[in-house]
Amino acid sequence: MTPETAGTGPVGRGNREGARLFREWFDELSTAADAGRGAAYTFVMGSLGELLRTFDLPVVFPEINSLQTAVRHVAHEYLAQAEDYGYSPDICGYVKADVATQLRAGALPMGRIPKPAIAIATNACNTYIKWAEIWERMYHCPIVTIDLPGSRSDGPPTRPGHPDFENDRRYVTAQLRELIPVLERVSGVRFDVDRLRENLAHANTLVRGWQRVLAFNRSRPAPFNALSDGTIFLGVANAYRGTAEGARYFDELVEEMEYKSAHGIGTTIEERFRLLFVGVPCYPLFRRFTEMFGEQGGNFVNSTYLWFASGGAHTGEACRLDDPIEGLAEGMLVQVRDAMDSMFFHTRPLLAMAKAYQADGVVYHPIKSCRTVSTGLADSRRALMAAADLPSLFIESDMMDRRVVSEAQLKNRIDAFFEGLATRHPAAHGIA
Amino acid sequence: MGTETTAIRTFPGWEGRPIDEILYLCRELVEDPEFPTVKRWREAGGKVAGHFQVYFPEEIAHAAGLLPLKLRGAPLEPTRADSHFGSYLCSIVKTTLETVLASHARVDLFVTHPICDAARNLAGVWGRNFDFPCQILYLPQNANSAHAATYLRGEYARLTRTVEEVAGRRVDDPGLRRSIAVYNENRALMRRLYEIKRETPWRIAAEDAYALVAVGGMMPREEHNALLAAALPLIAARPARPQDRVRIVFEGGFCEQPPLDLVRTIGRSCYVVDDDFMIGLRWLLSDVVADGDPLGALAESYLERSSYSPVQHDLRKPKEAMLLDRISRARAQAAVLTAAKMCEPGLEEQVAYTHALDRAGIPYFVSEFEENMSSFETLAVQLETFVENLMFD
Repeated sequence: MTPETAGTGPVGRGNREGARLFREWFDELSTAADAGRGAAYTFVMGSLGELLRTFDLPVVFPEINSLQTAVRHVAHEYLAQAEDYGYSPDICGYVKADVATQLRAGALPMGRIPKPAIAIATNACNTYIKWAEIWERMYHCPIVTIDLPGSRSDGPPTRPGHPDFENDRRYVTAQLRELIPVLERVSGVRFDVDRLRENLAHANTLVRGWQRVLAFNRSRPAPFNALSDGTIFLGVANAYRGTAEGARYFDELVEEMEYKSAHGIGTTIEERFRLLFVGVPCYPLFRRFTEMFGEQGGNFVNSTYLWFASGGAHTGEACRLDDPIEGLAEGMLVQVRDAMDSMFFHTRPLLAMAKAYQADGVVYHPIKSCRTVSTGLADSRRALMAAADLPSLFIESDMMDRRVVSEAQLKNRIDAFFEGLATRHPAAHGIA
Repeated sequence: MGTETTAIRTFPGWEGRPIDEILYLCRELVEDPEFPTVKRWREAGGKVAGHFQVYFPEEIAHAAGLLPLKLRGAPLEPTRADSHFGSYLCSIVKTTLETVLASHARVDLFVTHPICDAARNLAGVWGRNFDFPCQILYLPQNANSAHAATYLRGEYARLTRTVEEVAGRRVDDPGLRRSIAVYNENRALMRRLYEIKRETPWRIAAEDAYALVAVGGMMPREEHNALLAAALPLIAARPARPQDRVRIVFEGGFCEQPPLDLVRTIGRSCYVVDDDFMIGLRWLLSDVVADGDPLGALAESYLERSSYSPVQHDLRKPKEAMLLDRISRARAQAAVLTAAKMCEPGLEEQVAYTHALDRAGIPYFVSEFEENMSSFETLAVQLETFVENLMFD
């Protein structure tokens, strides 16, 4: 028996440990809820996990909670409850699942979440801000927007030292300095800059690790599936940002991917087509969605989701530690701006990704729930098709609402896509 | 109050006409998908700064000699634009792109804003399809930061550089102050129009008031000032009599605009005594004092003396409290709460509005609209039922 098959080696460790960390995280949230503690509610793009943890606040990510209801096939119950409360079928499903969660006193399939003592929303997604307003109305808790101005147009982003970047950076720094006393008041914990520096160092390790993990998927075969495995890794990157456990997890994940890459170990499928994914996963059919591609030898080797939903951690851009608040402000601006660019201005980065990862095709998955990610995808696809001879598939469904997800229709489109790919790459499809 | 004029006349032919004819011309202009005022401006050699909803500091473009054009959709079928977007989107993002893709109106600059998740995508979409600059003006979304005004002043300075490049001329402080003065006059005239709506709503139909404001977004503001300055006294002097109609506030017209026929339908059974139609044109509530730094004054006014909408978050302006205040100030008896189809901020705000109105005991009518809708019979019947319930309750 090898260390891998015994479960003690690096192969598969990332998935196992990720699942364990998630269970522990939810257990801690349930314990906090039972104890009546208030939590810091925040979002994955610009979570400020590094800062929030210096105040010993339990951290709740409502997006992760909501997607879990879809993965566990109960989202429709939550959506229906929020729609009965007054919310339209046409708004973000994450928001509605969370509204229902709040109406159920925090009850979720994975445990129970505490009420918010404070909510932090960046503008990386406008819906974050509207969402936080709902908690303000429900709980009258402080809500703080951290405004991170994004790129103004397509092209290379401004960098530190550029006058426009500096105008933005001063604004972000000021907002963080204004946030700290609010967090002190809410938590009763005095701000400790050394703890922030320590957490930033952990986050820097995680961010560098995330960049390296993604880069290992350039190997053939790719060591992980960006949609299924990648989402587990992504969850840890968000929930454990700024912690020693998160840093250690990514050190070990790098080790695992390095090992798999060096030994030519791929995923569970025979990789015939290397695909890129653009958009948000179809969580109501999470496993089945990936299977429909895997059955035909399609493996997702990277995605824009792993960029933007990590809050830009894929950049590997570390925060300066000499002045932690300035470093956090600058790091947030660089990382979250990149996350936003990967939603709004991703054509050129996507072309570069296709080249670097030797992609055979691109799958666009716009969804009803998310205009942030989905609005520009049809146009972006046109630009991609004009710029490169790269097959693409455009399938619409949702990340939460099974009413607009049809497995049969998806499968028809996916099968047709693979027929086209097979025609282009007969050898890869076993055709002489 | 003296109304300046520009060398280029984009909306000729209304002078000396009776008020009914002037209002008819305004309605026709609002519904004209060919944007004749923009065409005349361009034929005379002018350049155009197209800006998407909701608020844009037009004074900056005006000071550079550009025509600021408020892009707020159009009564068009988005036959070309459709293929650039997926499903589940509001109509305005498609028809606005259609307007320029199909050359109904041509612009030299496009600016969008982080008002919603769809609008933020437009800089990318437009930038991939046009050669002129397409960008996002990042108006501050943390209006409660003490640094927001300083930041916004810097952002306006950045925008000014882009505008100067497009216009091919510098924007200086005296020029900005002149533009601010033109816009201050315009804001005062629009406040006067809304005073008429509130105090004597029988003197102007809802769709006429709407058109009088909306045309301001498609012509030089000096022309709009002259138009309003001539029309308002004529409206105030109309020999109309009050009727037994319910006074309502219309909410939901901050971005995508309802068709004129929808406004007319509401106006048949109600007096629309206040609203948020084209709120971006009326965003600044009082004069901008530009004695010192004009960009700083514009930034400060945006944050400190401005209206509200579902797409601006400001802890000092809870939307439902602002709506209640609007209803109270207008002495309205009820509210018509609408949202454009697929408009996420509007639809989300409807929930808060309805809950607040329930608590306050104020009747309301909830509806959705689309700019290209063409059937209003059902809406008319529902509204009449709503109004009858109010009148005979």
